[in-house]
Amino acid sequence: MINIYEVNETNQMIEHENLDVRTITLGISLLDCCSDRLEVLNENIYKKITTAARDLVKTGQEIEREYGIPIVNKRISVTPISLVGSAACSSPEDYVTIAKTLDRAAKEVGVNFIGGYSALVSKGMTKSDEYLIRSIPQALAETDQVCSSVNVGSTKTGIDMDAVKLVGEMVLETARLTKEQDSLGCAKFVVFCNAPDDNPFMAGAFHGVTEADLIINVGVSGPGVVKHALEQVRGKDFEVLCETIKKTAFKVTRVGQLVAQEASRRLGIPFGIIDLSLAPTPAVGDSVADILQEIGLEKTGAPGTTAALALLNDQVKKGGVMASSYVGGLSGAFIPVSEDQGMIDAVQAGALTIEKLEAMTCVCSVGLDMIAIPGNTKASTISGIIADEMAIGMVNQKTTAVRIIPVIGKDVGEIVEFGGLLGYAPIMPVNSFDCSAFINRGGRIPAPIHSFKN
Amino acid sequence: MKKTIITVVGKDTIGIIAKICNYLAENNMNILDISQTIVQDYFNMMMIVDMNQSDKPFAQVCSELEEIGEGIGVKVRCQLEDIFDKMHRI
Repeated sequence: MINIYEVNETNQMIEHENLDVRTITLGISLLDCCSDRLEVLNENIYKKITTAARDLVKTGQEIEREYGIPIVNKRISVTPISLVGSAACSSPEDYVTIAKTLDRAAKEVGVNFIGGYSALVSKGMTKSDEYLIRSIPQALAETDQVCSSVNVGSTKTGIDMDAVKLVGEMVLETARLTKEQDSLGCAKFVVFCNAPDDNPFMAGAFHGVTEADLIINVGVSGPGVVKHALEQVRGKDFEVLCETIKKTAFKVTRVGQLVAQEASRRLGIPFGIIDLSLAPTPAVGDSVADILQEIGLEKTGAPGTTAALALLNDQVKKGGVMASSYVGGLSGAFIPVSEDQGMIDAVQAGALTIEKLEAMTCVCSVGLDMIAIPGNTKASTISGIIADEMAIGMVNQKTTAVRIIPVIGKDVGEIVEFGGLLGYAPIMPVNSFDCSAFINRGGRIPAPIHSFKN
Repeated sequence: MKKTIITVVGKDTIGIIAKICNYLAENNMNILDISQTIVQDYFNMMMIVDMNQSDKPFAQVCSELEEIGEGIGVKVRCQLEDIFDKMHRI
């Protein structure tokens, strides 16, 4: 039988170490909503989402109450809209009407984000993919809760450099259209290589075409819990360090598994996966950077950071896989700058640069995340940053992503405030040497060789 | 229905257990196990409770127990047992 110490340990994690379930994300297939008439399509989408997700928020709140565990977000992911809208949309403006429908449906059911305003163009763009990508700036500027993503490459197909070029321009345009809110629109847009079909985390969540009609995916959290556990083993060797991370990740993931199964049972929707990512928030003590410091670095970004992150990420997976029946999504440590107080401190202290962050993304899943850069950065430079990150994912057979925010009207050294879970960020300098001749070549980078690995 | 874990943490004072137990008895809830410690003057108690005979909704029981706790200056939490079981048992 459970004893008082175990109960206290769990409640200590919840009350003092920010243990929570970061998100319950309901994946909804919109393929059965397709129509060649735009009004019918919009109507079908609205009906399907508001019916399928009717009880999502209420059920999440009941689980929170009964288990005493906060579930921070309840969200929805849908089939990539470029597929759903291809028969009905003949311009970017047509796609914007779908974005508005998604926004309206999200508000109706009370979720805080809806993801899937997306296109999958890892080898090439159809006309409708291109319309959707061109509509992203307006869609994000005119909606509140819609999140967008574009998958521009994969290990199997290579990288679509035409899409990379276009997406760089769209990032800048999104920043311009939302400049009154410090270019916030870009925080809702992510570019992927090897995007997973079952990611529950925003802004990159979409419901892949390989998925069932409806599915529940859950993202866990818990950097604060790992940090606290590591405080107890200061000075011990790597064996003890790794064991501690693994055991802690197991406990954190078990809570996610319980919540996922309960949500699935109560909603009558199958359980998909648990995403094992360590997701930080701007709250003090809920930081991945703090864990790296606890492992032994003065600041994140110091030599040893990449190795420490590799170790952390691997142990979290080893502990988490044992705790859950199905693991998927991104499953890696997140290293967003604006959403992690320790990362912000490291940037302000001059310890952490974009180049070091890029190196860190080679060993953890997510990529360059929530990085604010000067608003006068050229579109081709943004495309260059995206291409570099996509190449890391393509060659290493892993997911990588870029969520970068050129803040219009602000420059290096200034601070940009996004608010809420998105946090705040110091604007980071970008290498200013030109790459436009590279980006403007056109075409695609071929898939990498899968043998002779050295 | 599943078993419920009630925890009480706060400054030690007279009648904490009595108040909680009275509430449980009035609402037809059976205490299966009870353990307590006092760490540095702080009262720390855990009860395992069977609420099957009660027809009060779980959320209401939680908020009423929290209110009782506030009245005597302690923090009362009411959670289904699974969360502890899952985390600490393979």
